[in-house]
Amino acid sequence: MQGERAAVERVFREEYGRLIASLTRRFRSIDVAEEAAGEALVAALEKWPESGIPPNPGGWLTTTAGNRAIDRLRREKQRDAKHQAAFMTYDDTPHEPTGPVEDDRLRLLFTCCHPALAPEGRIALTLRLLGGLTVPEIAQAFLVPETTMGQRITRAKQKIALAKVPYRVPEAGDLPERLDGVLAVLFLVFNEGYLATGDGDPVRAELTGEAIRLTRILRRLLPEEPEVAGLLGLLVLTEARRDTRVRDGQLVPLAEQDRSGWDRALIDEGHALIRECLAINRPGRYQILGAINAVHTDAPTTADTQWSQVVALYDQLTRLDPSPIVALNRAVAIAELDGPEVALAQVDRLPLESYHAWHATRADLLRRLGRHVEAGAAYDAAIAATSNSAERGYLTGKRAGLPEPTQR
Amino acid sequence: MTQYLLAVHGPAEMGEFGDYGSREAMEAAFAATDAFNDELRAEGSWVFAGGLQPASTATVVDGQGASPVVTDGPYLETKEVLAGFWIVKAPDLDAALALAARGSKACGGKIEVRPFDGLESDG
Repeated sequence: MQGERAAVERVFREEYGRLIASLTRRFRSIDVAEEAAGEALVAALEKWPESGIPPNPGGWLTTTAGNRAIDRLRREKQRDAKHQAAFMTYDDTPHEPTGPVEDDRLRLLFTCCHPALAPEGRIALTLRLLGGLTVPEIAQAFLVPETTMGQRITRAKQKIALAKVPYRVPEAGDLPERLDGVLAVLFLVFNEGYLATGDGDPVRAELTGEAIRLTRILRRLLPEEPEVAGLLGLLVLTEARRDTRVRDGQLVPLAEQDRSGWDRALIDEGHALIRECLAINRPGRYQILGAINAVHTDAPTTADTQWSQVVALYDQLTRLDPSPIVALNRAVAIAELDGPEVALAQVDRLPLESYHAWHATRADLLRRLGRHVEAGAAYDAAIAATSNSAERGYLTGKRAGLPEPTQR
Repeated sequence: MTQYLLAVHGPAEMGEFGDYGSREAMEAAFAATDAFNDELRAEGSWVFAGGLQPASTATVVDGQGASPVVTDGPYLETKEVLAGFWIVKAPDLDAALALAARGSKACGGKIEVRPFDGLESDG
């Protein structure tokens, strides 16, 4: 019985994004869509354990939820038509296909990631409506109280309804910029899972997995966009190393990971994606980051890594995004190519005093140069600036491994 | 169509040429704003627009009590105040944001976009 319930809930979760997206287009209201989907789940939980899961569960859920929504709207129409109208989302072109692909999930994704919404609202709404995560699940993943997360989602939905955030895929001219916003949300969800803030699990597989699932959907919807393929490549190549990344509660950096524990199937998939998107010859940030990860995952050992290629890719990335964080990552590769001294000179110039990775990089370079007292101070600063338990564990271990300063 | 308020925010402290660095810059912004207003009318997005006198000329009225209480000055003492506004009609937020971007460029100020409550019109 428990197993059956779990099976129904799994199917529901799998179908949730599609269900909400199509109901939202049809009834022009996210609230109506969510309520109807919830009622369809209740119906499925009653019916499916006896009748078995229908051959097309998504279709069954859509039909059932649609009927419930119509019933509800009929009842409410008599009550307060005007109030209800205020909470309708707006659909400019209700019956036209959305460009090359007609999938309501794409509209919903662009609505959830609209730049007019607060960034934390975009992430929460995307996970809720497209990922099918519950509010408590999202709250737990981001370590905020449920009420806070609930308010965040409610505020975002209200703004969509009242300010009329459009429910459509942006036009070709606006697409690249708006697509960047969607990709940024998916990347943030992944990163929050991969190096989680706070004292909970250092890696939250439910977030990395969800980010990859949503990016896979986006890739199916926009197969021609190289940055989408680039992001998916980047995510799967990073995910492939997940199991080797934490050992005994401590972060294991790339150079020290057991490469035999990497997921070969994901690496092969990632390499194919990166080759494919680079061949389109419209390079972008995620493609380049993906390509850097492809170089790393191509090498049997750290020493065998083609560091000159990594540096060349960071040079290309710097031209697109001349940020100090890119410069910091480039310097890490420079340390392998030209030695820690050259790298340290570059790192010291960067205005990143509040960034834990800057301190951690300096600490590592100073340690390699034998400047142990300065390295110790840099490790202390890095430990103080990081909130991830596994990273703190790693840095504390490294700090303890420094030779004792000689007596004066 | 929904009506949106495009509110232009600028510094509370105005110099000789308002928010602008020179007479030329001020006049150029006025001319660009006039041109943008003409475009709004031609495109059918126009409802109303106006510039405001400095915030120091504002008066706050609180009529909630038995007799109205009138106080001098703007409601909130801030460094940035409402300097002027447009009311436009647009099919959705993206369209309103696009109008705001053009208006911002024309008048040389930041613009806050807010939908009106329940004001729908057909054209």
